[in-house]
Formats: sequence, C-alpha cells, structure tokens
Amino acid sequence: MSARFVAPVVMGLLMLGLWEGIVRIAEVPPYVLPGPIVVAETLVSDWGTLAPSLWITLEITLEALAAAVVVGVLLAVLFSLSRWIELSLFPYAIILQVTPIVAIAPLIIAWANDVELSLLICAWLVAFFPILSNTVLGLRSVDHNLLALFELYGAGRWKTLIHLRLPAALPYFLGGLRISGGLALIGAVVAEFVAGTGGSASGLAWRILEAGYQLRIPRMFAALVLISAAGIAIYLALSLLSYLLLWRWHESAISPEG
Amino acid sequence: MRLVAARGVSKVFANGVRALDGASLDVGQGEFLSVLGPSGCGKSTLLRIVAGLTPPSAGAIEWPAGKTDLGFVFQEPTLMPWATALGNVALPLRLGGVARGEREARAADALGHVGLAGFEHTWPRELSGGMKMRVSIARALVTAPRLLLMDEPFAALDEITRHRLNADLLALWERTGFTVVFVTHSVFESVFLSQRIAVMAARPGRVLSEIAVDAPYPRTAAFRTSADYAARCRLASAQLAEAMAA
Repeated sequence: MSARFVAPVVMGLLMLGLWEGIVRIAEVPPYVLPGPIVVAETLVSDWGTLAPSLWITLEITLEALAAAVVVGVLLAVLFSLSRWIELSLFPYAIILQVTPIVAIAPLIIAWANDVELSLLICAWLVAFFPILSNTVLGLRSVDHNLLALFELYGAGRWKTLIHLRLPAALPYFLGGLRISGGLALIGAVVAEFVAGTGGSASGLAWRILEAGYQLRIPRMFAALVLISAAGIAIYLALSLLSYLLLWRWHESAISPEG
Repeated sequence: MRLVAARGVSKVFANGVRALDGASLDVGQGEFLSVLGPSGCGKSTLLRIVAGLTPPSAGAIEWPAGKTDLGFVFQEPTLMPWATALGNVALPLRLGGVARGEREARAADALGHVGLAGFEHTWPRELSGGMKMRVSIARALVTAPRLLLMDEPFAALDEITRHRLNADLLALWERTGFTVVFVTHSVFESVFLSQRIAVMAARPGRVLSEIAVDAPYPRTAAFRTSADYAARCRLASAQLAEAMAA
C-alpha cells in the first residue's frame, strides 16, 4: 500500500520539479511551455471560467456512461437470450466501435441539431461497446455444471439469468465499465473539439480551443490538467465501486496476504 | 424394489464419438451402487443421462415408481462464488420457490448434516477443497431427494480428506436411507463404499459385470485395513482389468 502510493507520488514530484527547473533555467516563455507553478496559478485564477466547463464535460460524460450501461447491458442480455438477435446485431455494434468517432461526429452533430445531444451521442457511441462485449462474454462464461444444476432444478431462462448469468457476468461488466468510464470522457472531449462551438454551454475542450486561439497557453494546460483529473477521478470511483461489489467473493478483489 | 433402470442406453455425440453402447443398469431402492470404470468409459455420461441432463441416442431410462427428486454432485464443488455456503445450499429450494425463512432453516440443517454447522456465512473462497465438497453434498441433499447421483466427487481431493468424506457419506446414507449411484475410477473407494459395483468397459462404454460387496455396515477405518477388504479389492481389480482388456 505505502509503496504503491509513495512511488508514483515521488516520481510525479520529481518530474514536475524537472519540468519547472528546465522552464526556469532555459527561460522558456509561458506561451511556449508554462511551468507547473504557472499552470497551478492559472488553475486558481481562471477557476471561475474553468469550473463551469468542467461540470459540463463531466455531466455529458456521466450521462453518456449511464446510457452506455443501460443500452450495453440490455443488449448483452438480449444477446444471451437469443442467438439470432446476437448474430444479426453484433456485427453492427462492432462497426460502430471501429469507425473513428472523429469521422462520424460531424454527421451526428449535423443530424442531432442540438449540440449537447450530439455530444452525448458521440460519447455514448465510444463508451458502450466495452460494456456490451464484456457483459456478453461474462453472461457466457458460466460454469456449465452450474447451468446443468439449474436445469436439474427446473429453473427457466429467466431464473437462470437472474440467479446465475447476471452474477457471473458482474466482474466482466465492471471491467468493461472501468474502460468505458475513460472512453466516455474521451468521446465527450473529442466530440466537443469537432463541434468546436463556443456558447453558453461549453466544456473543457472548448476552453482548450479558445485558449489556443488566444495564445493563453497556461490556461490550455490548466484545462488539460482538469480533463486528466476528471479521468482519474472517474477511474478511481469505478474501481471503488468494483471493489465494493466484489471484495467478498471475487479473486480480482482479494489482496495478496503479507 | 427398483428405483431406476437404464435399458440399453447408447450415446453418440455430435462429433461422432460413441460414448455408450447398450449400457444397462438396475438401481435398487435405498441401494449404494458404484459405477467403476477407466476414464473415458462413459460412466459420467451414463450418470448425466440418468439425471436427464443429456438425452440418450438410443435406449431409455425407466422409473418404475415414477421419476423421483434427485440430487447431483459433480467432480468439482461447482459452487456459486458470489453466494455464502448457506446461499449455495439453499439454491435448489430458492429455485423451487420455497420461502426465505424456511429455505434458510433447511439449508442450515443440511450444512449441519455434512459437518459444517457454523459455516453458514462463509464464502466459498474461504473453504478448503474438502469443505467445498461438503457444501456441494449438502446442496444435493437439501431437497431430501430419494436418489443421489455422484460423479467422481472425491477424485480431486487428497487421500486423508477423501477417506473422511467416504466415512461421512456412508454415515449419512445409513442414517437417511437415500439411494446412491456413485461414479468412480477408484477400486478402493468403490469397495469401501458400496453394496454393489457395476464395472464398465470403455470404447464403447457398456456395463460388463457386477460385483456384490456384502460386507456389513457400518464400515469403519478398521474395514479399510482388513484382509476381507483387501481380498474384495483384489477381486474388483481383476474384474476391472478384464473390463479394460475387453
């Protein structure tokens, strides 16, 4: 625990120190590369502009993630219940996944006719596939002897789903969820870049674009820091959720002794 | 009185493997019957066909007095890792729609019968291999079935644990009076446990001969070291060798 915490913190501080040192010694102007102290100062001084943008980006990310969970799990369950549905739909889910979001974002933005809705759709598109494919894998990775046991006791599809397939799929789903949390954020940011519209509701990506136009490089870095921090926070929150749901029984959540 | 019988049961799998060819077997009410054979002789397949988990390609399973409830114990404990010992044992009752209070009381009772009183709220990962198998047996017995089918249940356990579970299974059987069909590839285990041994031959699987083991119960550790036991094991080994040569 302590080494796991101390080692990356020490490493991070060293890198930040090195960065600050290089910037100072080489006298790099802040509009080329601001040092970490300047970035931190900007983060504080520009908080009034950056905070609302952070909330907007987070809101889109979380909404997209929620939609990805609902659609991904529902589709996965449908797939597990009907081989035909899976055969007919799964290839299209893959097509959606492999098509770069940057390429379809302009289309979605043009069709949705509403910036926030189109951002939501883009983030959702990127986020839902890991949940779908992991949950499908989990629903299928059921001990076949347990399936036989359920059959022996006359459990139908529904009871087998509730009492056997869904619990067995939970660790896989949570693994997918952790990937999707980061992807939803990436999807939201990428879509914002493509949309590129400033206005009353503008997220962090727009702040980065705007700061770039205005050559306010420290603010650009500050917005970048916030995006990273948001991604880390989402990952940690989902890891905690995963641990809370699995720590009693799943191998992945059991810490090695000693 | 016969409880269940296999009549000329054959099984050809989709890949063309002929696992069973005309296997016939009578199981008497209250009997402890072992099915002994080399690995790959189709004994597990026969057991699954009796349980109704696999349909036979030819032949039939007859239930002279109507199909009874049955319990099944696999070679692996096959527990749900997300449920406690109590939750695992209560599963058959839960699937049968028994109310929570009753099913938990009956599951706790079944755990007591296999020597796991006090382990109700333990998770499978916290249990040893032998204890997991006890939970699995408790789950099979929680519905008080008249027939218990066991598919090499102790094959993966160490010898000390296996001997103890053999003794405890016999004690349960003597006390409760259910019927057991016990699949094994161990001559020693089948002689120690059963009243009758059906010896199977492989490729294609069929029942070749039967051995009566008329040593009295209760059979204790003393029986395991007796000359009588050794003689019976020798006889069964000879029959198994014959089956493997056939």
